[in-house]
Amino acid sequence: MSFTRGFRRRDRGPRDARLPPGQYDVGSDWPVLTAEPTPRLATDTWTFTVEGLVEQHKTWTWDEMHALPPSTFQGDIHCVTTWSKLGVSFGGVSVDTLLALARPLPSATHVLAVGHTGYTTNLPLADVTDGKAWVVWSYDGRPLPVEHGGPARMLVPHLYFWKSAKWVAGLQLLDHDEPGFWEQNGYHDRGDPWLEQRYQGD
Amino acid sequence: MTEAPPAVPPPRPGRWQTATLVEVRPETATAKTFRLALPEPSPHLAGQHYVVRLTAPDGYTASRSYSVASPPDGSAEIELTVERLPDGEVSSFLHDVAAPGDSLEIRGPIGGWFVWRGDTPALLIGGGSGVVPLMAMLRLARGMGRPDLVRLIVSARSQAELYYAGELPGPETAIVYTRRPPPGWTRPPGRLNRADLAGSMEKDSVAYVCGSAGFADSATDLLIDAGFPTPDIRVERFGPT
Repeated sequence: MSFTRGFRRRDRGPRDARLPPGQYDVGSDWPVLTAEPTPRLATDTWTFTVEGLVEQHKTWTWDEMHALPPSTFQGDIHCVTTWSKLGVSFGGVSVDTLLALARPLPSATHVLAVGHTGYTTNLPLADVTDGKAWVVWSYDGRPLPVEHGGPARMLVPHLYFWKSAKWVAGLQLLDHDEPGFWEQNGYHDRGDPWLEQRYQGD
Repeated sequence: MTEAPPAVPPPRPGRWQTATLVEVRPETATAKTFRLALPEPSPHLAGQHYVVRLTAPDGYTASRSYSVASPPDGSAEIELTVERLPDGEVSSFLHDVAAPGDSLEIRGPIGGWFVWRGDTPALLIGGGSGVVPLMAMLRLARGMGRPDLVRLIVSARSQAELYYAGELPGPETAIVYTRRPPPGWTRPPGRLNRADLAGSMEKDSVAYVCGSAGFADSATDLLIDAGFPTPDIRVERFGPT
């Protein structure tokens, strides 16, 4: 390890154990990092679709999504640009609930989350099942702001936050891994913050 | 004059390397350009960034990404322009402590989306420190002898806060002052508006918008309202929220 001349950690207290390596606590800020213009999506025409390798292609309207059993997440989120936001809460529906209705085929191994803007991000199926992923529309008890992906976004908090696609439109179930937007642009296919899987090759 | 950069496959940033800081230049009261010599140079595209990692004696590290301001020119040196953020752990270290001769760990170049390869017309719109990656694009266009390919519109609060003030002005650039324009400036101070885009909407161009989230949203809204195709707008948002 090579040290940087003159650089010292400012905060001499113990490092928050919730912070993965190389991350800092952004506090009450919530930076907005998006590669596309912010879309204005109306909830009365909004839909969410699960398709691909499933027994039953499913599409939900905004109201139909809200009629599903609600699920909340409380915990931490980690952006690849090195900020983390600790102790956040989101509300929506578990991806498990959606997949239980669409019933993935045994051949399905990965999903591609697709946004209404055309944004995509790839995930192993195992990373969006068993209580690890949500479609969320509320943050801290209020509607999710559009700049943070509202009306609804993916939430996959155990992976870097670009996996939590903003303005999400659906999931495509695949029998292979298919790099999404950032993954084609040099970012890691899985993106585990605890392993610092930031870029391709990490 | 430099050649257009060769087509580069999807980026895969190199490993960490230890660069040497060779020059520090002020751009404004709060921005400095850091010129780094790379032991393992890797060709970059205009618009890409590098990560700078600082390591403390106790092993603690802090990393931030900074856009490359220098054009792809085949040299083994790059320039990063860094805005000093209030409380910025890395930016204040770079501004206050780093000095020529120091070693800095860096990794890059990174990014394959907010890049311009010099092969399409490009409309570049930057706010404040958001001009940095666009400056690499302007420099590339000028270096290729093709300044006609780009149109750069920069928004700054005042002349004192304009980056690259000595180099940026030219027939292919326009400056929008939001607070205090220099004496004799004919455009009244104010935020970027639709009139500022007049004559800049060239067919087949790609728009690159870079700045704070608020600036990027208002600039992309202006473009979309003026009929610019949404899929041809690329955005990079940065800075504090």
